Amino acid sequence: MKKKHLQRLDLIFKNEHDIEDILTKTFKKSNEELVNDLISSGLKGRGGAGFPTGLKWKLASEEESDSKYIICNADEGEPGTFKDREILSRVPHKVLTGMAVCARIIGAKKGFIYLRGEYVFLKPQLMEVIKEFHQLLDKLKLDFRVEIFLGSGAYICGEESALFESMEGKRGEPRNKPPFPTQHGYKSKPTVINNVETLAHTYSIFKYGADKFKDLGVQDSRGSKVFSVSGDTPIPGIYELEFGMSLQKFVEDFGDGDAKAVQVGGASGFCVPRKKFDKTVIGYQGKLRGTSLPTGGSMMIFNSSRSMYNVLHNYLDFFVEESCGQCTPCRVGTQQLLLGIEAVKKGEQPSSYLEKLMELAEAMRITAKCGLGQSVANSFSSIVENFKEEMIY
Amino acid sequence: MSDKINLRIDNIAVSVEEGTTILEAARKVNIRIPTLCHHEDLCVAGNCRVCMVEQTGADRLLPSCAMPVSEGMEIQTNSLKVRSARRQIIELLVSEHRADCTRCYKNGKCELQELSSEYIIGESGFIDLVPLKVMTIDNFSPSIIKDDSKCIRCQRCVRTCDQLQNIGALTVAYKGKNMKISSFYEKPMYEVVCTNCGQCVNRCPTGALTEKTYVEQVWTAINNDKKHVVVQTAPAVRIALGEALGMPAGEIVTGKMVSALRRLGFDSVLDTDFTADLTIIEEGNELLQRLKKVLVDGDTSVKIPMTTSCSPGWVKFIEHTFPEYLENVSTAKSPQQMFGALAKTFYAKKVNVEPEDMVSVSIMPCTAKKYEADRPEMRSSGYKDVDFVLTTRELALMIKQAGIDFASLPEDEYDSFMGESSGAAVIFGATGGVMEAALRTAYEVVTGREVPFDNLNITPVRGMDSIKEASVKIENPLPEWSFLDGVELKTCVAHGLSNAKQVMEAVKSGKADYHFIEIMACPGGCLGGGGQPIPTSPAIREKRSKAIYKEDSLKPIRKSHENPEIAQIYDEFLKEPLGKKSHQLLHTHYTERNRY
Repeated sequence: MKKKHLQRLDLIFKNEHDIEDILTKTFKKSNEELVNDLISSGLKGRGGAGFPTGLKWKLASEEESDSKYIICNADEGEPGTFKDREILSRVPHKVLTGMAVCARIIGAKKGFIYLRGEYVFLKPQLMEVIKEFHQLLDKLKLDFRVEIFLGSGAYICGEESALFESMEGKRGEPRNKPPFPTQHGYKSKPTVINNVETLAHTYSIFKYGADKFKDLGVQDSRGSKVFSVSGDTPIPGIYELEFGMSLQKFVEDFGDGDAKAVQVGGASGFCVPRKKFDKTVIGYQGKLRGTSLPTGGSMMIFNSSRSMYNVLHNYLDFFVEESCGQCTPCRVGTQQLLLGIEAVKKGEQPSSYLEKLMELAEAMRITAKCGLGQSVANSFSSIVENFKEEMIY
Repeated sequence: MSDKINLRIDNIAVSVEEGTTILEAARKVNIRIPTLCHHEDLCVAGNCRVCMVEQTGADRLLPSCAMPVSEGMEIQTNSLKVRSARRQIIELLVSEHRADCTRCYKNGKCELQELSSEYIIGESGFIDLVPLKVMTIDNFSPSIIKDDSKCIRCQRCVRTCDQLQNIGALTVAYKGKNMKISSFYEKPMYEVVCTNCGQCVNRCPTGALTEKTYVEQVWTAINNDKKHVVVQTAPAVRIALGEALGMPAGEIVTGKMVSALRRLGFDSVLDTDFTADLTIIEEGNELLQRLKKVLVDGDTSVKIPMTTSCSPGWVKFIEHTFPEYLENVSTAKSPQQMFGALAKTFYAKKVNVEPEDMVSVSIMPCTAKKYEADRPEMRSSGYKDVDFVLTTRELALMIKQAGIDFASLPEDEYDSFMGESSGAAVIFGATGGVMEAALRTAYEVVTGREVPFDNLNITPVRGMDSIKEASVKIENPLPEWSFLDGVELKTCVAHGLSNAKQVMEAVKSGKADYHFIEIMACPGGCLGGGGQPIPTSPAIREKRSKAIYKEDSLKPIRKSHENPEIAQIYDEFLKEPLGKKSHQLLHTHYTERNRY
């Protein structure tokens, strides 16, 4: 019997050289029309949080301010995610096009690409593309410039408000919200901050129309998504897939036949065990239904040779290092989780201690200041719950 | 028309202005939400997460200190979800805090201890993180001890140093598990740009930042029969000491304090206020002499504006930050150091004690005074002029140790000589006080008349505005001061070093043409000093300020130059202001310091 493969798409990486036409066409439309297009396309943020992109642009456009900013978040640091690197090296002009349209809509004269420090090798070629792009903007008479801001290597700076702090020359620590970036962003000015992939998708929407985009995917999760596939797979790499696939299908296509778990969304995402593959759908409404999972695109496959204790230990090690250290639940909680599972493994604490740790993870989820601390519970609880015996023995 | 926001907190209806936080709204209806990183003097941080509350229908909890209210909110401050999260957060904080409470200087005065006693019943199950890390205790500074093992990283000190003082001696370093409060290059506080103001100590919720205490040394001296122990008390101590001994803020306890000091066994109980009056004479004359040299002689080597020099935090600040203006600082020593120099010379002779047998102790609202007393130039008597500096808090501790029931003590009088003072000296303890005292004297010296303010109260320099300006026009001066006729004497008063920085930048840019500037390093002046009772807040400082001006108004003598002991000491010993003896004992010099 032949398996039906997942539909692989080639929207994002298709090398199209028509940005002048697209921009000219787009600029003929009113800002309102463009925002409505984006809203009706159903595009949501591809960084993982899934905020509706059209709404974000709309909110920023409604703010009154002498200056506004559009920032492309290219601080791709989630373990197991490497899609933004590919997008920026292969189709950077699509990202820039998205930024320029956003700039016109919200009234920004300045944009930044916040580039992950480790991606410094991309900078020279990006500078070239930006230079050409600026010439095009001059031709189209759009007063807008893009600069590259290089990060310094902290994972937390991918969190939008910590990213602003970092750009302002301060310590990269998340801010209290509200106010949100569309009101008080970079330099306390209204700011749209979008993931690299989100901006690239806006290009497709402006080119092919909102309906075409909406045709892809499932309810609440429209369009396609770029996935970074890694782990125990014979074909690791970057794949653009339609939203709404089941994890079972995904594993059939990408696994090595022995997958026991998939970590969806990196260290801050969820671990799904084999028995739940067919009940799990990749898409945004997961937060509500519990059967489908949102993701920034990281898909790590683990086969039966892997120790899930080691996987969790590795993630916690990462969080213990990468917490900014500002808020108590994240700074101290991550250390307690790590030391706690070590103590249980060594027999220094009874296995019932895992319950206390689960309670702690839940407290972290509801009290931490930013998404980092809040999402530690995702991987912790899903791994401990599903692979409890591996934690103990 | 006011747009009030209506919400319910623990089922109690509250109506507040837009922009109010949940915490503030809860306080309006007397619901106490516990906090740690929150401090009324500082910006909202929202990082300890102790004040989390539940909004009905919301998944995550909200930080009440940082979250503005919204219409129709239903907040629960004590739900099961809140209690569980809060208990765990306090447990987490305890797990990274060296909780050897019974040996801690802040035992009984620690906010974490207080929270633990409410929320942690029995064993905390988390693993003790303290032994797993290398943590340093920095006790090199003569003023402040920083013990990282007690730190819970609330960043109150960081915000204090940055926002109130604009220094940044304390900052956050590293991230994750290694995140800590550190100084430049992790050098000891003694070596970095720290003014020793102690504002961080005032706001540290635990024992991570404390003053270096000299209580035991002072007890030893008191109990040594061969030593004559002299004590002086700064103006701002008498209006705050009561707070540390269970009395409400703003109580004047001068007489009880004097009784207590005698009971403790000090041999001479004297008053820094006396040398505050002396400072006015020396500094006032210095100002007039500078003005004469500039306005009449055209002497460009003499610098105007002149700034005050009483606040050792301010002195160290300018030495680090604006060293090109050191010649603008009055050479007059602070009242504490004038007192020390006179104690071991003039006073020692008067009471017939050899200076080497005298121990000079001062009670100060200040931690920087400990540093000041240690400065090598502060040995004009041939000995260390002030041997030990105790804060208001340390004095309160001694009183408690001695088993004295402070509230029931009778009122007593300072010893003489060097115990008499004017109201002008008392107000040294409040921002604007030195300016007011100086103007009361200088104006009268120049014109022969009292300052043209109702009842000598120079109100424009009073109050808690961050930077205050006042000018006094000099008309019909005495013949020898005729060059000042028609001159508008421009003055400026600032408190808190971030305000001081603003003033100095205005001076530097040429935008300000002041003649005389008073600067106090601490918010509110000495009454808000780093050695004062904890807690501090705008309301508490306001009460202390009221008490100071009340004490002034009750004094029979309200001008420094009318203090009879001042006239006597010039007559018997110093001879004349700015004279040879004065220069030897009462004036000093300053040193340029590193800027990083």
